[in-house]
Amino acid sequence: MIAVIDYEAGNLRSVETALRHLGATFRITSVPEDVVAADRVIVPGVGDAHAAMGRLDSAGLSDAIRESAARSRPVLGICLGSQIVLDRSEENDARCLGLIAGAAVAFDGRRGRKIPHMGWNTIRTARPHPILHGVSEDTSFYFVHSYYPAPTDPATCLATCEYGEEFCAVVGRDTIVATQFHPEKSGEPGLRMLSNFLEWTP
Amino acid sequence: MYQKRIIVCLDVRDGLVTKGVRFKGNVDIGDPVVMARQYYEAGVDELVFYDITASAEKRGIMVDVVERVAEQIFVPFSVGGGIGSVEDMRRVLLAGAEKVSVNSQAVRNPDIIAEGAARFGRQCVVLGMDAAADDGMPSGYRVVINGGRTPTELDALEWATRAVELGAGEIVVNSIDVDGTRDGYECTLTRLISTSVQVPVVASGGAGTPAHLHEVLDVGAADAALVASMVHYGDYTIGEIKHYLAERGVPVRLQTGGV
Repeated sequence: MIAVIDYEAGNLRSVETALRHLGATFRITSVPEDVVAADRVIVPGVGDAHAAMGRLDSAGLSDAIRESAARSRPVLGICLGSQIVLDRSEENDARCLGLIAGAAVAFDGRRGRKIPHMGWNTIRTARPHPILHGVSEDTSFYFVHSYYPAPTDPATCLATCEYGEEFCAVVGRDTIVATQFHPEKSGEPGLRMLSNFLEWTP
Repeated sequence: MYQKRIIVCLDVRDGLVTKGVRFKGNVDIGDPVVMARQYYEAGVDELVFYDITASAEKRGIMVDVVERVAEQIFVPFSVGGGIGSVEDMRRVLLAGAEKVSVNSQAVRNPDIIAEGAARFGRQCVVLGMDAAADDGMPSGYRVVINGGRTPTELDALEWATRAVELGAGEIVVNSIDVDGTRDGYECTLTRLISTSVQVPVVASGGAGTPAHLHEVLDVGAADAALVASMVHYGDYTIGEIKHYLAERGVPVRLQTGGV
């Protein structure tokens, strides 16, 4: 069973419909015990990192996610989920889950590009990973964000994207993987990536 | 590479697409869910459903449409029309829409932008702005509401700037002067707004040929272009438009949904 974490952070419905489309067995939950008991965990999310961490902490979900990761269960973060797996975020100075070393940092608004980075953009593989299996180079994914993951160890950046500057679009370490874009809103390549996660046995 | 978006707009009344629409090589259909699926498979980047249901008691139908669309398409879509409160926003977002669009309602009550952005994040809140050329306004364009029937005292550039300050994460700029003409987008207006605000700008109104999209995405500096009748009536497919743009160096997503 897959636990999809419900902490009132937005894109839950999209993730739910995509998983149902893929025939996955999952439970949307805000109960820490469900998360710890699950075979794999999905952390969706849009919105403010500080507010999200507040809700995860107070519901006991932060520790549940950390425990799942410690037990080597596959964990997938999506969008905000790719930022809160890091140590911290510049967004309202949020302390995050600390599963991957690094911080979420803001796009520099002075560079003459639109913020949020909203729309389709291509990614390039930095390190081959099972979640990227079958996804060809320069495939487009749907992004909506103003902050992006900046992992400390370059080896934890699995794919990059270019938006005025190069940033890390997929981060991962051990059984944790997280995408800054929305695979559930990125057409068939996104569904492929979700399917890869469901089949991933690290 | 960051890509320009091609967005298809569907007008929905009482749960059905209003015009008898003919897809290229296909039959007339009016079910928004079926149409959304076809456009998804054709490679559309995003969809907009504009609810023009007149009666309040039939508004619930749109939520049902949104839920069924969300189960069928895996690209973003937004819903506009009849969004008058944060509760209205919540309903369509929970049903599966990525974004909500406010237009006349935001002119009458600008706080709805700030409230929506605070509650759901600014990426969810789109300002739809109808504008008409008017030499009496500082920017040369006046905001009009109620589908272009009612002029306001707002200057288009000032209103766009203020809406972004309030929390709008995207602006759809619709030129009333060219809307429905299929003679091309209003590139001067689009460029003015797009180069003045920091959020993405979607050009709307006047699309008739792929060359019109090329012009507004290039000269007009738009981040995305909205199309309706030119694809609904089967004159062009999404693929034809995108290949036309790609051949002219406009970065677009050439993947299709069904593959």
